[in-house]
Amino acid sequence: MKTGHILLAALIIALFWQMLSMFLQQPILPSVIAVASAFLRELPGELGWHFLASLWRVVVSTFLAILLAVPAGLLLGQSERLNHFFSPAIYLLYPIPKVVLVPVVLLFLGVGDLSKIVIILLVLFFQILVLVRDQAAHLRSELLLSVRSLGAGRRALFRFVYLPASLPAIFTALRQSIGTAVAVLYITELFATQRGLGYYIYMQGSTLFKYPEMYAGVLAMSLLGFGLYFAADWLNQRLCPWITKKDV
Amino acid sequence: MIQIKELTFAYSASTPVFDRFTWSIAPGEAWVVLGPSGCGKTTLLYLLAGLKMPDTGSISIFGKPLERPRPLTGLILQDYGLLPWATVEENASLGWNIRKFYGPDERHAPPGDSVVDITGRVHPWLKRLGILDLREQFPAQISGGQRQRAAIARTLSLEPDLLLMDEPFASLDAPTRESLQDTILSLRTERALTTIVVTHALEEAAVLGQRILLLAEPPNTHPNIIENTGSGKSGFRGSEAYHDVCNELRSAMGAEP
Repeated sequence: MKTGHILLAALIIALFWQMLSMFLQQPILPSVIAVASAFLRELPGELGWHFLASLWRVVVSTFLAILLAVPAGLLLGQSERLNHFFSPAIYLLYPIPKVVLVPVVLLFLGVGDLSKIVIILLVLFFQILVLVRDQAAHLRSELLLSVRSLGAGRRALFRFVYLPASLPAIFTALRQSIGTAVAVLYITELFATQRGLGYYIYMQGSTLFKYPEMYAGVLAMSLLGFGLYFAADWLNQRLCPWITKKDV
Repeated sequence: MIQIKELTFAYSASTPVFDRFTWSIAPGEAWVVLGPSGCGKTTLLYLLAGLKMPDTGSISIFGKPLERPRPLTGLILQDYGLLPWATVEENASLGWNIRKFYGPDERHAPPGDSVVDITGRVHPWLKRLGILDLREQFPAQISGGQRQRAAIARTLSLEPDLLLMDEPFASLDAPTRESLQDTILSLRTERALTTIVVTHALEEAAVLGQRILLLAEPPNTHPNIIENTGSGKSGFRGSEAYHDVCNELRSAMGAEP
């Protein structure tokens, strides 16, 4: 994706928004300029802190999810027996929308950061687990045999084959589920917390009726999602050059 | 060099592919294993590579029973043998990196061979095989023939004494295939390598095999060997002796002459 195209798309969306707000003339849809100035005014202060609180929660859960799901996925992917044993449970748990577990996790883990981190972790964990597992399971047997013939045992196969093979799967999983993760983050931040963009948006919109500030929060949350997606995409291109360099 | 004694091997409960099969190979010999698909030739190669184990009987190399892949045996498969995420150079260095990873433990690497200067060991092979300029490319960016050259460089840079190849050139076009066959022939004389090539193409068998082992429908119980002393001599491909061997192989395989 070219940066120019993305900027152009952003400009067009902003134009539509501006036109719509001028047409409606309602306080619940302030103009782009009002929102942008609220964003710039609030960002160095309150909004910035809420943004950092949300960012921290997503980043920590992402790291924990990778740390837990990748070894588990690789283990299942290379052992047919283990996979056979666990796949019915994964099959049942994977499609559950993890957001419905928010009340449960809050009850068990309380109102602090931990419950929020765990719920996003759940969203990311299964996605990474399934993709890494399938990637590892579908490595061609010819590839494994020829690397074994070079002297590789279990440890070297992990290091030289399974681990690099799982990298694109991790990034695909992140790109697929980062949007959901941020959405779920928003939900968790509506409950029993005074930090995070979810709280900020809700507070400004429903309690203080400061609509430009509310939209500044929405913009910050969108930027959070976009930034994380962009980071995953950028790392994917940097660390997996063989995916993008297919043609001579 | 290689002794196969009373080898029996079966895939679960079906007719054994090999039934008390005995075969021996002397150092420096150039063998081809020829037969139709399903005759067990790839199985035999995997058994020789230590990637499959016999049900009964034994395989020994230089008197040592084969229990795992041997560091001095090289294996080249038809395709999909290169790591897609590694460049040509990284792929060609893989064997050395694996040895470095384990250290000279005699199981994964030969004793006393400490790994220094991997580039110095790999680059001459990339050059010899004409792919040095492609060293920064990924396998998906190069042709099938170039990929097989990378696989050969990877295997031969480890200086094996035994080279096993499974249909190594089957997916290549005819000129590329012949050029790689010539490369193998010249390397064989240059390095005093023992080679075993598995193929279903009798023309390839006639070019590469000084001795040709014919396998048939399982179970294979005894080796059916055809001698082909002309293989490796210059201008053999296309000569009268070559056509004679091809005809002999054709009738031995049960096809119309």
